[in-house]
Amino acid sequence: MALSVREYRARIRSTESMKKITRAMELIAASRIIKAQQRAQSAAPYARELTRAVSAVATFSNVDHALTVEPEDPKKAAVLIVTSDRGLAGAYSSNVIKEAERLIEKLKEEGKEVDVYISGRKGEAYFKFRQRPVVQSWTGFSDQPTYDVASDIGATLISAFLNETGEEPEQGTAPGVDEVHVVYTRFRSMLSQEPQAVRLLPLEVVEGEEKPSEEDLLPLYEFEPSPSEVLDSLLPRYVQSRIFFALLQAAASELAARQKAMKSATDNADELIKKYKRIANQARQAGITQEISEIVGGVNALADAQAGSE
Amino acid sequence: MAEHTTQPLQVELVAADRLVWSGEASMVIARTTEGDVGILPGHAPMLSVIIEGVVDVQTPDGETWVAAVDAGFLSVANNRVSILSEHAEMSHEIDLEKARQELERAKSSGEDDDAAQEAVRRAEARVRAVERAS
Repeated sequence: MALSVREYRARIRSTESMKKITRAMELIAASRIIKAQQRAQSAAPYARELTRAVSAVATFSNVDHALTVEPEDPKKAAVLIVTSDRGLAGAYSSNVIKEAERLIEKLKEEGKEVDVYISGRKGEAYFKFRQRPVVQSWTGFSDQPTYDVASDIGATLISAFLNETGEEPEQGTAPGVDEVHVVYTRFRSMLSQEPQAVRLLPLEVVEGEEKPSEEDLLPLYEFEPSPSEVLDSLLPRYVQSRIFFALLQAAASELAARQKAMKSATDNADELIKKYKRIANQARQAGITQEISEIVGGVNALADAQAGSE
Repeated sequence: MAEHTTQPLQVELVAADRLVWSGEASMVIARTTEGDVGILPGHAPMLSVIIEGVVDVQTPDGETWVAAVDAGFLSVANNRVSILSEHAEMSHEIDLEKARQELERAKSSGEDDDAAQEAVRRAEARVRAVERAS
């Protein structure tokens, strides 16, 4: 109990002001989660209709598209890692990076080179610190992604993917990639978010359209201008909408992780304040006791001295 | 499909980040890469690519809804029409003054590549959507 009461008071005050900050961040995150979930929900119709259209084309035409063709001997893979721009979200970013590292390790074992694409400042900083190359990164939107960002990312990844199917890879140039993976955090609930790695390209067979009931005729789509042209403009949009979905999920997860982290920080601050108050009170009492015993001791000494002189 | 002809179309106008409009319609007009198409109840299943333009939706009560859309898709199947576009706005959501200014800017930018033409078409579509609706 080396510190004085005054020093403990100062600590209590600073912990209290920190608690105010973490509490405010918790509340902000909580209110933004609701918005993030609403955004994810309002993006759902587009994704649903697009999936329906893609599966319709896949079911009713036999057109192959560059984006759906499996390369025979994949040599190079691209990985898009969706992280957050800011910290203070517990293990959110490090979890998703860990998952990405696992995937990169796996791809390397399969003998593929790995190109890294990153969204979010945290991931960027992680790779920069380790001096590992990043092909491209996007930052500044992690808690409220817009569709424009998703379409930008999508366009970049698609052109990286298509590059090689179009031309022979040359030594020394920037060759295309044979597959594209996305690592993001899936929002399961407010309490659980899990990092997930999915392969985006080449596109896998889409789930079939809901089966038409028996008396209904199977709709035979007319494609305008032609099936291949419809696919040409449909598939890139499908990829972009998948990326948008990943970004929205990641945003909701980030906010949920931040809320949780800030809540436990607030709780910890409460604990600390309680502990400091207890120690401060003890120190105060010890001080009082000491003063009393000093006074009593002084009085006794005076009384002894007087008794001795008489 | 005879029973379909008596029923109105179920229309969904969907942008990437929200459902812009949904409801019943007696006719939908949209601009595809091949030209304008009009969809009536009972139309054959169709998937087509649409370009920046105006979409007209006429409801069974005789109301007309107008929307400006970006490039996207139109799909028709079993009397359901869905129009997908990265960005879409109903005419009453558009600020006419701003739309006109944007059109001026797009036209006077002086560039003549695909992106510039797209910007002009998009701005034109927004202005036309408002004018058509009023």
